[in-house]
Amino acid sequence: MKRDTRINALLLLVVAALAVLPLALGLGEGREEPFAGADAQAETAITEIAPDYEPWFTPLYEPPSGEVESALFALQAALGAGVLAYYFGLRRGRRQAARQAAAGAAEARTGTAEAEARPVTDAGHAAGAVPAAGAEAADGDAPGAGGTGGRGERSAAGE
Amino acid sequence: MHIAEGFLPREHAVAWTLAAAPFVVHGVRALTREVRANPESTLLLGASGAFTFVLSALKIPSVTGSCSHPTGTGLGAILFRPPVMAVLGTITLLFQALLLAHGGLTTLGANVFSMAVVGPWAGYAVYRLLRRTGAPLMAAVFCGAFTADLSTYCVTSVQLALAFPDPGTGFAGALAKFGGIFAVTQLPLAVSEGLLTVLVMRLLRQSSKGELARLGVLPAAGPAKGAAVR
Repeated sequence: MKRDTRINALLLLVVAALAVLPLALGLGEGREEPFAGADAQAETAITEIAPDYEPWFTPLYEPPSGEVESALFALQAALGAGVLAYYFGLRRGRRQAARQAAAGAAEARTGTAEAEARPVTDAGHAAGAVPAAGAEAADGDAPGAGGTGGRGERSAAGE
Repeated sequence: MHIAEGFLPREHAVAWTLAAAPFVVHGVRALTREVRANPESTLLLGASGAFTFVLSALKIPSVTGSCSHPTGTGLGAILFRPPVMAVLGTITLLFQALLLAHGGLTTLGANVFSMAVVGPWAGYAVYRLLRRTGAPLMAAVFCGAFTADLSTYCVTSVQLALAFPDPGTGFAGALAKFGGIFAVTQLPLAVSEGLLTVLVMRLLRQSSKGELARLGVLPAAGPAKGAAVR
């Protein structure tokens, strides 16, 4: 597993841990409704503060059951995830196509001249086995002042 | 952060709608301008909206023993500046108001103001500030997304405290009450949102370097270079 992938997996792991820990530690115990939605709790608080407040409008459509509601929530998440996956898949495909084209035809690329003028470490990058990706990497980050600070993490540039 | 349908007094509902409307109109303009000037942005704009869709559909347990959801607005604000998020956030909130009975039409203005206006702007401000002081990109992205998430819920608390001041302790007492429900619950979720936004930004840095350079998230390689390599 590459370092980049490891870091990404670690990020996901921490997010999962943050979500699971409250459940595992039983932080919902002693409540009337453990792990109820904060939005619903706010509604309850409103009725406590203003007992005679009457909501003056009702939703046009209300999911008839918890199942239907969770189905629609799943639909929302699925739509979003689908578009995100499409985006990254498309990008990956384009990168691969560009790489194959570059491997097939040795063309003068804008990045290479610049890459030669770089410190050795980076030149090694750009002149690596993957000219297309390397050139893109050289292009996408200039050693300016106030640099990204991420230069050290770019071990797998463009990959 | 969803104030339920009908749970804001009429004057408040109207006021928040009026407050949010100019931002959304301005956002529509910014969005169409962006798409016209850079048609290739459309995909990434879609992905930013999709990120908001996914994150605001996830109800995550929190340390307070209740559940809440992230907002996902920090990413798009950092990539495309906050006005665009006013539109993408409104679309998400409309979807939830119309299909899930989550939030509502009468409270749409207030919910848009917190999630699609203040959140993105606050997150973007923190991101820009950190970048200007030379903070690493991913640290700035994390803090920006964290701020976008948490500030959204703080605004919701203020909105509810304004509408329903406690009979005994007034606005401050109500703010403490709603803040306890929303802001505290939201802390670990804001951390999660920050981490997830960093994750997506890392993936974007791998896959869309040129685009990030064009948007100014990554430094451009030099004059007229960024557009050369696609």
